[in-house]
Amino acid sequence: MSAPLRGLVLSGGRSTRMRQDKAALAISGVSQLQRAAGLLTGQGLAVSVSVRADQTSDPLRARYPQIIDAGDVQGPAAGLLAAHSADPQAAWLVLACDLPHLDALTLTTLIAARDASRTATAFCSSSDGLPEPLCAIYEPAGLAALRNFVAGGRSCPRKFLIQSDTLLLAQPNPEALANVNTPEELQAARAVLDTGAALTLRVQYFALLRDQAGRSEEQVTTTAATAAQLYSELAVRYGFTLGSESLKVAINTEFAEWSAPLAAGDTVVFIPPVAGG
Amino acid sequence: MFRFTHEAVDGTALRSELLDHHCGGYASFEGWVRNHNEGHAVTRLEYEAFEPLGIKEGTRIINEAIARFGVTRALCVHRVGDLQLGDVAVWVGVSSPHRDEAFKACRFIIDEVKHRVPIWKKEHYANGDTGWVNCERCAADAHAHDLKAHDHAGHDHHGHQGD
Repeated sequence: MSAPLRGLVLSGGRSTRMRQDKAALAISGVSQLQRAAGLLTGQGLAVSVSVRADQTSDPLRARYPQIIDAGDVQGPAAGLLAAHSADPQAAWLVLACDLPHLDALTLTTLIAARDASRTATAFCSSSDGLPEPLCAIYEPAGLAALRNFVAGGRSCPRKFLIQSDTLLLAQPNPEALANVNTPEELQAARAVLDTGAALTLRVQYFALLRDQAGRSEEQVTTTAATAAQLYSELAVRYGFTLGSESLKVAINTEFAEWSAPLAAGDTVVFIPPVAGG
Repeated sequence: MFRFTHEAVDGTALRSELLDHHCGGYASFEGWVRNHNEGHAVTRLEYEAFEPLGIKEGTRIINEAIARFGVTRALCVHRVGDLQLGDVAVWVGVSSPHRDEAFKACRFIIDEVKHRVPIWKKEHYANGDTGWVNCERCAADAHAHDLKAHDHAGHDHHGHQGD
């Protein structure tokens, strides 16, 4: 039996080259930490955020369950090892918080391909073919091995994955793992993403809507900015007979306003009139 | 506590979860699958739920009932899947020091669950037709739906137990 999978967003980086906190960078109105956490939640994973000890009360980070770096390890390995200490039985799907192009399809592909008998499951970089260590699933035994690797004086997770029996995958979207390290890269990412570009979301259908859509869920790529706009688009596509005034909407398993903004990786459910009892 | 089950509801087993020596009163309600609705002969029902949100909203209702009426324990279990006539679709039980609070909290929970928890019911009729309750007719006539949504007596499928 494979270990239970949990989600971890690494937010303890120093963002030295960016000269501002990468977790808080807003693109299309959503901070990069929220975006990464939302993508993991959209996959049905419980999400924790890796932080340094001096970041615990930051309001952006305080809204998530936190795992505090031990402080004796440098770089992203610190967050990985802290997560392993917090739950040694879990496998961790780890995300950096500077991946503004990351999409739900990439995570769905990673999770579906996961091989729990390996050290880790990761993508090959679309630029140099080497493992991408910060959008990857680390198995419990792999994290135990990483601890030894770090104890041996090394700390680079990419080098660790190269030496291990990592399952390497091709990326379904070659752009998805392009990260932003500098203000120039941020500007370029905003130029692409802030112009009303399409988001990919997961939509689940229940009851009459499931019958009319002919499916219980799907990935939808849309330029809709709000839940209301998304429903209008899908109502046209599938000929839904229910008007939005008789529905409610939930985003990531909580009721939401129709005007709520959508983020990539959100799971959206339109709720027809209920009839329990 | 609120939960869903895909199995038959065993009221006797559920009742035992509410036993408490602090309590002198216990009230329960069972909603049953009935053989008719609004003049149509009903042969069976399908229930489905958006369970992750249903558990959250159902738990909020239980906590509201405990806070509002001061009862000691409260539990609601809703079945999903294919149900036959006479099956228990929903079970509510409340225990409290005195009976009045138990009755009131039990009534509050079933009323709120019917209105707020994302659960849907598909009726199968004797003539072979099917229909999602509260959805099909309102789709044809949104205004009529609004009236029904606020006066749900017309959709009550169930008899009271222990009245």
